[in-house]
Amino acid sequence: MRLTVEAGGLTLQNPTILAAGILGTTGASLKRVASMGAGAVVTKSIGVEPRYGHPNPSMIKLECGYINAMGLPNPSYREFLQELEVARQAGVPVIASIFGANEAEFREVAEGLPGASAYELNVSCPHAKGYGMQLGTDPALVEAVTRAVKGAVDVPVWVKLTPNVTDITAIGRAAQDGGADAVVAINTVKAMTIDIDSGYPILGNISGGLSGPAIKPIAVKCVYELYEALDIPVIGVGGISNWADAVEFLMAGASAVEIGSAVYDGLEVFASVSMGLSDYLERKNMKLEDLVGLSHRVVKHEAHKC
Amino acid sequence: MRPISAKILKVIDETPTIKTFRLDTAGWLKGKPGQFVMVWARGVDEVPMALSYEDGITVQRVGEATEAMFRLKEGDTLGIRGPYGNGWELVGDNILIISGGVGSAPLAPLAEKAAAIGVQVTVLAGYRTKEEVHFETRYRKAGKTLISTDDGSYGHKGFVTDLMRDIDLSMYTQIYCCGPEKMMYRVLGILDGHKMADRSQFSLQRHMKCGIGVCGSCCIDPDGLRVCRDGPVFRGDTLISSELGRYARDGSGRRLKLWL
Ligand SMILES: Cc1cc2nc3c(=O)[nH]c(=O)nc-3n(C[C@H](O)[C@H](O)[C@H](O)COP(=O)(O)OP(=O)(O)OC[C@H]3O[C@@H](n4cnc5c(N)ncnc54)[C@H](O)[C@@H]3O)c2cc1C
Ligand SMILES: Cc1cc2nc3c(=O)[nH]c(=O)nc-3n(C[C@H](O)[C@H](O)[C@H](O)COP(=O)(O)O)c2cc1C
Ligand code: FES
Repeated sequence: MRLTVEAGGLTLQNPTILAAGILGTTGASLKRVASMGAGAVVTKSIGVEPRYGHPNPSMIKLECGYINAMGLPNPSYREFLQELEVARQAGVPVIASIFGANEAEFREVAEGLPGASAYELNVSCPHAKGYGMQLGTDPALVEAVTRAVKGAVDVPVWVKLTPNVTDITAIGRAAQDGGADAVVAINTVKAMTIDIDSGYPILGNISGGLSGPAIKPIAVKCVYELYEALDIPVIGVGGISNWADAVEFLMAGASAVEIGSAVYDGLEVFASVSMGLSDYLERKNMKLEDLVGLSHRVVKHEAHKC
Repeated sequence: MRPISAKILKVIDETPTIKTFRLDTAGWLKGKPGQFVMVWARGVDEVPMALSYEDGITVQRVGEATEAMFRLKEGDTLGIRGPYGNGWELVGDNILIISGGVGSAPLAPLAEKAAAIGVQVTVLAGYRTKEEVHFETRYRKAGKTLISTDDGSYGHKGFVTDLMRDIDLSMYTQIYCCGPEKMMYRVLGILDGHKMADRSQFSLQRHMKCGIGVCGSCCIDPDGLRVCRDGPVFRGDTLISSELGRYARDGSGRRLKLWL
């Protein structure tokens, strides 16, 4: 079954995308993930200056998922440009994830990384002071940052949202108003974990963000709400580790899905999600487009009956 | 996994800059030679360390985390997660081990394990100076051992690679190497010259954050292999056209030229 999709202004051979911050530090590694079947790849979030991130431990596998506080380590856009160039040999769209403290910084990074197929604005990292979520919880800032980058580049701009807000649709609307071509939901959920032998919080940064299976229902709900509220496509991310998870996200309204933590189980995850999706569509005699937002149509149909 | 609290049963001063910590991990840490653990000095940092015994690590003091470990005493605890990585693959019945400095940590248990199952072991071990010589007894018990020191204060004067000149490399079924990157690069060059890179294994060091193959901080060029998950042990022929000896990345992901 054909898996080609149009998502957020890009054409993807299949709807699986490597999520930001996962194996995205080097161009070679992004190429490797593409060769394992990802329809597109997102880089590590890149900023203006080199950052070393938080002290270790910066990521731990828990019983229910993963917790991390990397702290946006990155070599700056100047250094990363050579990695982006390597990644572009991957043969799939390469989406540059970028972050900054304000509009000017976002713009500088976007302009400093020419050649990306799209830009994904990280206004959602839950554990870097002055960046990420600290901007991403303010609709006015999200709109301004989106507009600034949109004005600086001529490829699609996606905005990655944080679930750590009361109403994610308000932020989604702000991104749309700023001219975003898609929103990406969700980044990690604020979390922490403590070593009960010593009382020390385990993460070097004390707290961080939860990813993996534990956050899937949260992400599905966010995607469902955003699909209702927005006119632009939603890219789903959070806890996807097999084709059935992907189907669930598509039904909630995602046009494509990003996969992060599940690379722990193996880089084959992209190919196996694609194959599973393809089999599913064949079994159900459906097209991929039919799946996107299906739950909304089912519910409306039921509602009409009564 | 979360870091498990491991009690330090014994601290052994190997050299002025190297200590071995024996841990009460025998019940659960089933690592094999060449695998590593992430060691958490609480409140400071968490860093990768090879298993130098089934239940021990051997640490060289170089910076903050290792200094914090050096302050620990018997009865204190460290957080340990692992074992991670692939470990050495034992190939054939006559192996050569080339060890540089604290690169001995993953190699000494390999020498012992190999000898215990009847594999013939030869060791070339290089150190900076006499004071830094360690694991000599472990190596000698396992097999024929030649030692070099950079300053000639013990054994052959010069680099461990000099010791490779006087032996017939082609007799060995497999060659195992760990040490400073420059040294590994030279060893790989020599083996490649003898068309033997495909018969060698090297244990690499790169900056690790997650340790479990997700974050990407330890990836090497040009294939994007992860040192924490696909390694730390790689075959020599995989490394020939790699970044080994040319550059490494720091914690930000920036390329650092190693010497050129
Ligand atoms: C797979 C593997 C096995 C290792 N086994 C041993 C061993 O058995 N014995 C031993 O003494 N050393 C070993 N090392 C090296 C050891 O991890 C570093 O010496 C240690 O991290 C230094 O920490 P620090 O805070 O004391 O020093 P810092 O002052 O923080 O750093 C000194 C140098 O250590 C390295 N380093 C720091 N943090 C990390 C990190 N998170 N990951 C990798 N390197 C880092 C960097 O090259 C840095 O320049 C191993 C490294 C790897 C990757
Ligand atoms: C180790 C790690 C690093 C991450 N780094 C970034 C990042 O740099 N930028 C970003 O927007 N999201 C980052 N994320 C969030 C992921 O892209 C993703 O939104 C989240 O992990 C949920 O997806 P998952 O459950 O499939 O992992 C990171 C997540 C992890 C686990
Ligand atoms: S340390 Fe994270 S991928 Fe290797």
